[in-house]
Amino acid sequence: MGAVSVHEVSKSYGKTEALKRVSFDADAGEIFGIIGPDGAGKTTLFRILTTLLLPDGGQATVDGADVVKDYKRIRQEIGYMPGRFSLYQDLSVEENLEFFATIFNTTIQENYHLIEDIYKQIEPFKDRKAGKLSGGMKQKLALCCALIHKPRVLFLDEPTTGVDPVSRKEFWDMLAKLREQDISILVSTPYMDEASLCDRIAFIQEGRFLKIDTPAAIISQFGQELWAVEGDDMYTMLLDLRADPRVTSCFTFGESLHVTVREGTTTDQIKTYLTGKGHCNISVKVIEPTIEDCFMQITDDKANG
Amino acid sequence: MLKFLLEKEFKQMFRNSFLPRMILFLPVMMLVIMPWAANQEIKNIKLSVVDNDNSTYSQRLVNKVIASGYFILEDVSSSVGEALRSIESGKADIILDIEPEFEKNLMGTGMASVMISANAVNGTKGGLGSGYLAAIMADFTDDIATDLGLNAGKDVAPSIEIVPHNLYNTYMDYKVFMVPALVVMLLTMLTGFLPALNIVGEKEAGTIEQMNVTPVRRITFILGKLIPYWAIGFVILSICFLLAAFMYGIKPVGSLLTIYLYASVYILVVSGLGLVISNYSDTMQQAMFVMFFFMLILILLSGLFTPVTSMPGWAQLIAKVNPLSYFIQVMRSVYLKGSGIGQLLPQLVALSVFALAFNLWAILSYRKSG
Repeated sequence: MGAVSVHEVSKSYGKTEALKRVSFDADAGEIFGIIGPDGAGKTTLFRILTTLLLPDGGQATVDGADVVKDYKRIRQEIGYMPGRFSLYQDLSVEENLEFFATIFNTTIQENYHLIEDIYKQIEPFKDRKAGKLSGGMKQKLALCCALIHKPRVLFLDEPTTGVDPVSRKEFWDMLAKLREQDISILVSTPYMDEASLCDRIAFIQEGRFLKIDTPAAIISQFGQELWAVEGDDMYTMLLDLRADPRVTSCFTFGESLHVTVREGTTTDQIKTYLTGKGHCNISVKVIEPTIEDCFMQITDDKANG
Repeated sequence: MLKFLLEKEFKQMFRNSFLPRMILFLPVMMLVIMPWAANQEIKNIKLSVVDNDNSTYSQRLVNKVIASGYFILEDVSSSVGEALRSIESGKADIILDIEPEFEKNLMGTGMASVMISANAVNGTKGGLGSGYLAAIMADFTDDIATDLGLNAGKDVAPSIEIVPHNLYNTYMDYKVFMVPALVVMLLTMLTGFLPALNIVGEKEAGTIEQMNVTPVRRITFILGKLIPYWAIGFVILSICFLLAAFMYGIKPVGSLLTIYLYASVYILVVSGLGLVISNYSDTMQQAMFVMFFFMLILILLSGLFTPVTSMPGWAQLIAKVNPLSYFIQVMRSVYLKGSGIGQLLPQLVALSVFALAFNLWAILSYRKSG
């Protein structure tokens, strides 16, 4: 049985459709990533699955329990970490953890093995008030509190937003370890680089799922050669490249432009074209596409019909 | 489960640097300052006298007025116009205008007139001021009648002397009925606002979201919020009893236990109202203002400052559904008359109904999912 199964779920806030008939299945024991920009509907989906919000239509089950009818069972068996830090800021680290353990009728000792790796890092500060922790430590504490009752499914809504790169990496290492403990994880993130760390990912935009697959499969489906183009005047280069009919897509990507072209076009042809336009220090390299390139390609395809 | 919620709630309460202090400070301030300031007796009314007669009797009248202790002779004007100007400038509150032939008329016909003009911008002051003056005037007439009767040996017209006897509060000491009412106001404010702001605070901090995905049932959650403030209510009440007894020597004629019993129900009523409001509010600001709105209406229409029976019909109707007015009745009856549960049964029933209704509403309106 799937950890999470969503069928045609939709939700509107007034006239705004936050989710438009979304369907997917996340298998037990996998890290399922929901990748999309801000406002795509990620949090709404999480709130429906954690029984905080009622869907307008469609069915969803978490660990086999219906989110509307069996909400009581779901609340026993999930851990939820909202995007915003929402533990008691005036209670200490230890008190927060103890409180969330007790309201689930368990103790810290009982499930200590689950949180041990994470908790060890914040244990030196266990008497500090939660509100006085740094961003990364807050996330670790929130994860501990969401895990302390040994949930079967863990919902993490943008757990790494606003966290430094080192803590982000540590956080994902922890998730990988949790998967070994047989906990299914549903995680949302706006960061494309984190997508490749999931077992499967779903792209979401404007309340619609664009694609669901493993990161490797999504990259292999890119199906085109991808070039990284660099030069002195990046902005006019972007405009010039987009004006060339041989170029099918061109996006700014860090310090270079990621470009796809019609079949049969060679790098030399593009170089000549750009030199003709007066650009200097041009370099064109063939590169491996990343998840972000795939996301841009998929959203671009959708936008063009 | 409830035990852990309560433990958490008390931990947070005592960790808060502000809350415990306010719980102590507010009752003390209220009871130390308010009974003196919320004085319903009017003293120090500034009097302007226009004595057109300047006779022995007119002098005697003025002296009698000043000797009453309620008035301060601010100035003596030569004309009414001048006196009116001093009212305009705020120098005087009330004018006593004695007619030119005052003594002559009084002696000759036994009838003389004075005019009292009061500044009614402050209605209470104006009304009470002219009331006092009229009373003094009546007294003065009696004096004169006695004088004349003795001097001339004439028959004194038979008159009825009224000796007022104030039941339960012999000296009409306003403190005796203000203090119990102030205690009610205090209890209402603290146990109404605090739980409401607490829940909205959890909404603002997002912690309520985290609670909502736990198996904690909503009745447990609401009880976890109610009980701590219920306990605080008792602490406040006890502080008030002590202050009233030691500062003003006001001790209830009836039993303290009766008050505690009614208070235990009453706190549930107010906290329930607070919880209902918090369930419908998203921010502290919103909760605060809605709460203020209700508090003002409830306090003004409770009979705390003005008697309910002198209100218009619609206001009396509101007072009937105002839990505050019931508890004020209870407090005053127990404090002044020594009433017991037997005499106050209707109030107990009313308060219990309110408590049940508000808290049921609070539990039902608290939604764990939207």
